[in-house]
Amino acid sequence: MSRIKDHIKIEIRDLTMAFGSFVVMRDINAKIHEAEIFVIMGGSGCGKSTLLRHLIGLKSPAKGDIFYDGESFWHLSEEARQQRLRSFGVLFQSGALWSSLTLTENVSLPLGEFTSLSPAEIEDLARLKLSLVGLKGFEEFYPAEISGGMCKRAGLARAMALDPDILFFDEPSAGLDPISSRNLDQLILELRDSLGATFVVVTHELNSIFAIADNSVFLDTHTRTMRAEGDPREMLKNSTDPYVREFLTRGESTASKPAETEKC
Amino acid sequence: MANDERPKDEGGLAGKKIDKEEQGHETTAARLTVEREDGLLQIGLAGDWLAQTGIPGFGPVEKGFVAGGPSPVRAMEFRTGSLGRWDSGLMTFVLKCFDLCAQNKAEFRSQTLPSGVAALLRLSQAVPEEKDAMRGDAKPPFFERLGLLTIAGVREARSMLTFAGENVLAFFKLLRGKAQFRWVDTFLVMQECGPKALGIVALINFLIGLILAFIGATELRRFGASIYTADLVAIATVREMGCIMTGIIMCGRTGAAFAAQLGTMKVNQEIEAFQTFGFNPIEFLVLPRMLALIVMMPVLVLFADLISILGGFLVSTLMLHITPALYINRTVHTITVTSFLLGVFKGTYFGIVVALTGCLRGMQCGTNAAAVGLATTSAVVTGITVIIASDGIFAVICNALRI
Repeated sequence: MSRIKDHIKIEIRDLTMAFGSFVVMRDINAKIHEAEIFVIMGGSGCGKSTLLRHLIGLKSPAKGDIFYDGESFWHLSEEARQQRLRSFGVLFQSGALWSSLTLTENVSLPLGEFTSLSPAEIEDLARLKLSLVGLKGFEEFYPAEISGGMCKRAGLARAMALDPDILFFDEPSAGLDPISSRNLDQLILELRDSLGATFVVVTHELNSIFAIADNSVFLDTHTRTMRAEGDPREMLKNSTDPYVREFLTRGESTASKPAETEKC
Repeated sequence: MANDERPKDEGGLAGKKIDKEEQGHETTAARLTVEREDGLLQIGLAGDWLAQTGIPGFGPVEKGFVAGGPSPVRAMEFRTGSLGRWDSGLMTFVLKCFDLCAQNKAEFRSQTLPSGVAALLRLSQAVPEEKDAMRGDAKPPFFERLGLLTIAGVREARSMLTFAGENVLAFFKLLRGKAQFRWVDTFLVMQECGPKALGIVALINFLIGLILAFIGATELRRFGASIYTADLVAIATVREMGCIMTGIIMCGRTGAAFAAQLGTMKVNQEIEAFQTFGFNPIEFLVLPRMLALIVMMPVLVLFADLISILGGFLVSTLMLHITPALYINRTVHTITVTSFLLGVFKGTYFGIVVALTGCLRGMQCGTNAAAVGLATTSAVVTGITVIIASDGIFAVICNALRI
């Protein structure tokens, strides 16, 4: 793809993730280029979200490191890491909007803390971000007063508040109806093209994966490591790994052991 | 039975059930027969096999498996000619038979079972059992448990210290004007834990004043020293009861609320959202709550002292016939600036304790609804324990310093 620059934005090197002595995944390696949509996929409970938590600094690796623009993330000073965090936008699974604040306040809060804009400018920016995700008219609503899908979109508006370089999405289509989920995919593609941001998306929604992914990594519970990487469309065409094929086709091509895909 | 009238178009699993229902609407008891022919075990299922009306025990099948015949059982078969309605009750029975066959490497012939039963059986066996997923029930030996408990205790103490330390750092940042937090939040919490708590603080402390006066009156009257009731109420209230009761009320009211708020934010990933924006959750969430209580507690303690003394005043003047002027005179005479300040200081300290324990438990909260309940309980228990324990320490120190 021509629009993808060669600059490596994120590099995961020999990452091992563990809770105490329980190893979730080991030896994960991946390179994510600038302006790429990178999908982390795998069955439920295989550690996709845990990998995301490592990428956004919520959990430190048991071994290995993550590099942003060639800079080691976990060896940065606390200050520098906070600085780096501000170039991220994160959309949590259920939006994770701050429930005591209205939607506008949710978007404005980071703007107010980390920019030197005037309150009026912040208000304008917050309204703009909310309108980008189709929430015009809901600015003064509290998160509890809107639907789950709207919360998710508001969460996206908040994630984009500081014009991040990298956006992280945790299961963006979970709990959305097929049309909303497709619209969200469309939105992700548009945002990538217009902002030039890099996206890291955790999902197991096949339609989404094929619609948006430029690159991907496939995590597997049984072997506790990555099982495949690359463009999922290529993977579907060329992969010889039966489990990967089964996953990418919902088990419909092999149909031998339908239980296997449900399992992990 | 209403469901006897169900239309026949359900098909599938229920088909067999409906057929039989039409022959007899009454439920007939489930009957089990076990016959053994050499290596073949024949199990006869008759009547309605429903979980609600009860199914026969599994014993006869097991007995049939081991007893009767020199050669081991090689196959199991079912006779279902007169089987009536069935539900999961039959399924559990059949599953036990299946497991028994699997254990003894006997053939399990499911052909004669109703097609629904066979299908459900296939479904339940489709995913092999996850051996690692079984929870270990084994209880570790005493010393191992003791060791684990000690480690957990040390870890808990360390996390409390760390949390307190982080708060001190945040406080210094605030003093240098660098803390990230919103005064708006502080004022909201102040309103919540200040003016809105006045009612309960007034009620409890008024009653405490009454009780103190009654205790004083009954005992002191015997020495003809009823007038010293005023001294007793004043000194007990100002030094101890005012601040300690307010501390406990605030712990149950505000500390629990803090733990529940922060715990729910944790469950909802809101705290993680703060972290990913580079906000420090301690500065942003704990500092406003701490500040609010530091500001509000002295005021509440002062208010509590006044109300409590008012309670004592009413009992003394109305029931003990001490003149109001005399009571007020004695009260003013008894209260020293030192004891008053001691009470206010302790109250402020209890406020910090309430904010710290409430917020600590909230931040430590797990990520489910039950964890929020535990966090709240634990916040109140820890808070009250720390308040009473440190009040004991204060009493010893004051005694040593002759304050």
